[in-house]
Amino acid sequence: MGLRLQNIDKMVGRETHLKDISLEFEPGSRNIILGRTLAGKTSLLRIMAGLDRPTSGKLFIDDRDVTGVSVRKRSIAMVYQQFINYPSLTVYKNIASPLKIAGLKRTEIDQRVRKTAAILHIDDLLDRLPTELSGGQQQRTAIARALVKEADLLLLDEPLVNLDFKLREELRIELQEIFTRRKAIVVYTTTEPAEALMIGGNIVVIDEGRILQTGPVSDVYQNPATLKVADVFSDPPINYIKGVVTADAIRLGRGIDIPLHDHLSSLKAGTYKFGVRANHLFLTRTAEADVKIRTTVELSEINGSETFIHVNYDNSMLVVQQNGVHSHRIGEPVTLFVNPHYLLAYNEEGHLAASPSLQTATGMNAGNVGDDHGVH
Amino acid sequence: MKIRKRTIGLALYFGLLLLPIYWMLNMSLRTNADILGVFSLYPTDITFGNYIKIFTDKSWYSGYINSIIYVSMNTVISLSVALPAAYAFSRYRFLGDKHLFFWLLTNRMAPAAVFLLPFFELYQTFDLFDTHIAVALAHCLFNVPLAVWILEGFMSGIPREIDETAFIDGFGFPRFFMTIFIPLIRAGVGVTAFFCFMFSWVELLLARTLTATDAKPIAAIMTRTVSATGLDWGLLSAAGILTIVPGALVIWFVRNHLAKGFAMGRV
Repeated sequence: MGLRLQNIDKMVGRETHLKDISLEFEPGSRNIILGRTLAGKTSLLRIMAGLDRPTSGKLFIDDRDVTGVSVRKRSIAMVYQQFINYPSLTVYKNIASPLKIAGLKRTEIDQRVRKTAAILHIDDLLDRLPTELSGGQQQRTAIARALVKEADLLLLDEPLVNLDFKLREELRIELQEIFTRRKAIVVYTTTEPAEALMIGGNIVVIDEGRILQTGPVSDVYQNPATLKVADVFSDPPINYIKGVVTADAIRLGRGIDIPLHDHLSSLKAGTYKFGVRANHLFLTRTAEADVKIRTTVELSEINGSETFIHVNYDNSMLVVQQNGVHSHRIGEPVTLFVNPHYLLAYNEEGHLAASPSLQTATGMNAGNVGDDHGVH
Repeated sequence: MKIRKRTIGLALYFGLLLLPIYWMLNMSLRTNADILGVFSLYPTDITFGNYIKIFTDKSWYSGYINSIIYVSMNTVISLSVALPAAYAFSRYRFLGDKHLFFWLLTNRMAPAAVFLLPFFELYQTFDLFDTHIAVALAHCLFNVPLAVWILEGFMSGIPREIDETAFIDGFGFPRFFMTIFIPLIRAGVGVTAFFCFMFSWVELLLARTLTATDAKPIAAIMTRTVSATGLDWGLLSAAGILTIVPGALVIWFVRNHLAKGFAMGRV
């Protein structure tokens, strides 16, 4: 089954939730919708499911217009952010319910329920009620109920966001394996770049109800087409340093000169913004080509087993991601090292001009729709 | 020390509350002559004569049967009408929904006497006078709005995603409503049934006016104890005690739901 969205708009009252969304999903594909909170991820998913009707635009399944078709008549499964199960039914009956409605034989239902429960490691909880389970187990039940149907379209709306860190990691790995074995179109929304990278497949980056960029996850990660995409697809947010490209060198910020090497050599003269992710800024020299940025610590925070150091350079905030737990005093001088090889160059319009894995912007793939919509 | 004081206070309060009921029980177990003759804190010659009369005299016990019939009818009608209505108010937005919801409640603000004459006229015309359904329908005027109001509160506490998940899973609406949704608001249904029952059970004005003989409620029959020779105190008390019993039974059955209902719903 292939799914196609054609110029979908969704207005609620006077508010635009989605604007001109056109997408195509291939059978058996894994798709991530990445966007911040309120970007329109859930609205999009609900339209794909058929729970909401788009204000305008059409939805096709295998070239058949299904825009107004009731959700009951579609082959879909959905997992919500909240743990949604039928509280009055046991875990077994919860998972069995879609099969029972479909009128399957009891033996087949039993076999499929047990198989799916085993995949999600809830096979010893089948007799319990959802309220007697932990959050993680409840969500596993919800996922099991979605999987057991073997629907053509499997929608997951930030399924792991309400789980604690450890459970999230666990389920994320399991889900990744589960998805690879599916024939269905899997659509998975998330706000977290790390989750998007882990699940893999294709990605749709949306913001304020518009599609910013589409393509394979790693391509989009390496070549965020606009500043906005780079922002959404980096956690902590990507760092920007202003720079001027002259005939023979790049002058970064307040007087750091970088030779025009590799991917940067194709840049035309002008002013640019250079983006570098927090994990590409180091406190020690890592390569011969590294350039130094001298500044002072403004804030240092520990996040899990990583330390984020916030510094100010040339009137813009930079965040350095340092592995391990370290303490830095506020006001302490630091030297950052950045390899020009990792720099993403954005022109004045905010479009990607050069990236490490892409020689020039001219080679950008056709699936890139970010340019059509411009940048806010 | 503090706890003792509170316990004593509560016991005293409870005692005062139960005093009239105890006194009624006391009287119901005595003969009329005994009641009027001597003052006694407890019945010395216990007699069940009053109760036996009520249970053997058809003109007495039919009153209980009539009351139970129309009260049950009313509870069933109110619930079966209010459940879908409350679902609609809770789940859908439609033109004037909020006004309609409030208007429903205003029905309860009018005294029953206002509706008495129209009902009487109407039922005479449609030949419904002195039937059980007549009283049950009249009481719906008060119970349906209350039921919708209470149930809507409970339903709005259930996430909409459960409905959607059920539809995604392929449930048809009736099946979803009966097998998934109603069990979720069991407490609310219990509480609502209780309120409908109690209102209909104690309501006297409409029930008495809209019936003559065939569907006469117990409360109206009790007035028969007044005669030219005076009041039959013992019999009246026994009837009173028996009137409390069904209500107490219903409370006993929904007591757990009731506490939950008060905590989460709109009671």
